[in-house]
Amino acid sequence: MWPFELEFMQRALVAGLAIGIAAPLVGTFLVQRNMALFGDGIGHAAFAGVGAGLLLDVWPVWSALVVAACGAVVVEWLRSHGRATSDLALALVFYSGLAAGSVMIGKSGSSQIGGDRYLFGSILTASWSDVRTVVALAAAIIVTVAIAGRALFAVVLDEESARVNGLPVDRLNLVLAALTAVTVVAAIDVVGTLLIAALMVLPVASSRLIARSFRATLVGAALVGALSVTSGLTVARRFDLAPGGTIVLCASAVFLVAIATRGVRLPPAAAEHTHEH
Amino acid sequence: MNDNVVLDVNRVGFSYGHHRVLHDVSFSLRAGEFGALVGPNGSGKSTLLRLLMGLLRPQAGSITILGTEPRALRDRWRIGYVPQRPALTGDLPATVEEVVRVGRLARRGWWRFANASDRDAVDHALEAVRLADLRHRLVAELSGGQQQRVMIAKALAGEPELLVLDEPIAGVDREAQQQFRDSVVHLVAHHGASVLLVSHELGAVADDLDRVIVLRGGVVFDGAPDDLTAQGVHLGIHQDDLPRWLEDLEPSNGDDH
Repeated sequence: MWPFELEFMQRALVAGLAIGIAAPLVGTFLVQRNMALFGDGIGHAAFAGVGAGLLLDVWPVWSALVVAACGAVVVEWLRSHGRATSDLALALVFYSGLAAGSVMIGKSGSSQIGGDRYLFGSILTASWSDVRTVVALAAAIIVTVAIAGRALFAVVLDEESARVNGLPVDRLNLVLAALTAVTVVAAIDVVGTLLIAALMVLPVASSRLIARSFRATLVGAALVGALSVTSGLTVARRFDLAPGGTIVLCASAVFLVAIATRGVRLPPAAAEHTHEH
Repeated sequence: MNDNVVLDVNRVGFSYGHHRVLHDVSFSLRAGEFGALVGPNGSGKSTLLRLLMGLLRPQAGSITILGTEPRALRDRWRIGYVPQRPALTGDLPATVEEVVRVGRLARRGWWRFANASDRDAVDHALEAVRLADLRHRLVAELSGGQQQRVMIAKALAGEPELLVLDEPIAGVDREAQQQFRDSVVHLVAHHGASVLLVSHELGAVADDLDRVIVLRGGVVFDGAPDDLTAQGVHLGIHQDDLPRWLEDLEPSNGDDH
């Protein structure tokens, strides 16, 4: 049975592919900077934004975008100014965001199900208008990465050298934080605020096991993301499973396959390294 | 100031608290000159380097680099800087060419796509350090000496007017030292760039230097390598005269010369 025959599945596929391609592009830079959980923290902040939107009766995507962007800037500031360690700064945003979101959603009178929708995504109920928003945000992410990617790579490579060289490192760090926020918000409908980080990180983890250049890592991660979304939706439709979670489980499965295949032919030093992660 | 002077250090002093690291340090480097700043560990080399890069501010005296104060230099790509240890994480899947291309970014504007002259500069830099054959290899898979040359090629790709290298030959084998020497000599000869090598040994480049500046708190020697040899200090690979001589030097407090 062709799983994408019905229109709601086609809408899900279009929105899913947009995120499946865009999220790992941003994730590649986060993973290389050892900021894999950054997306997760921003996801929690975005959940508070959704709550605020429901409470104040504004479109939750906008309120989530504003709060996620503020959260990203705050975490980046705390990190770069050494005011808090990365994980402490993230923990602060994590739990405050989740707590504030649940309090505000409760106060707004939305049901428990309303909250779940934003935590785990609701791609099957997305309208074409929702899909257009997701695609537009994903396109903005892809274009930004295409332009700023080389400079972001320079910062990933060696932040101090990039600074000495005259690259605007602080501004580039903010660009990455903003990209993360936009990715999180774009993915709310697809996998939800709790699972978005998985789609930023898992495809990258698979891709860099195999890729032989940074560019190949980016492209490979986007392909794995697209594959995870397509297979996830197919499996979810076939067995009537929650689509957001199934997409992420497919991304995990790809990673396990990649590590199993790669593990066999790894040189000892590299194999040792892989075990650390 | 003479237009030919790319770097002018004038009576610079610097202390960490009560610990005086640099006192009354003066020297200059002209365009196209290949100079080495040598000194034993703790002689203030690293501090001086951070001052030159604008990462610290002198507490006394002044530094002029490419006609301006280091922190005020806008086109920072005019200085190529190769740090002591390449900060390459082992799990970064980046090829030699991708890393070298980064050296071109600041010069052309980070938001711009590479054009033909950028690609030529990258090719040229890879050839200068003899890594053209390895351009598609992952940097993490190269030897320490090869990784060092990748970082030099990255600096060369920006076609800097002044190249500053921090301990580029520490712990690098003889062959790698020779290749390093060839790349630097090429840069000086073909691009008229100035090179300042900061090191505690001179190895393969000893014969090519125009100037040797010996630092121990203050400048204790500034002249041609031959003048240093005339004092009985032999330079070159596997000559431990220089390190031994440096160790025996009395720290300068600025009053003794």
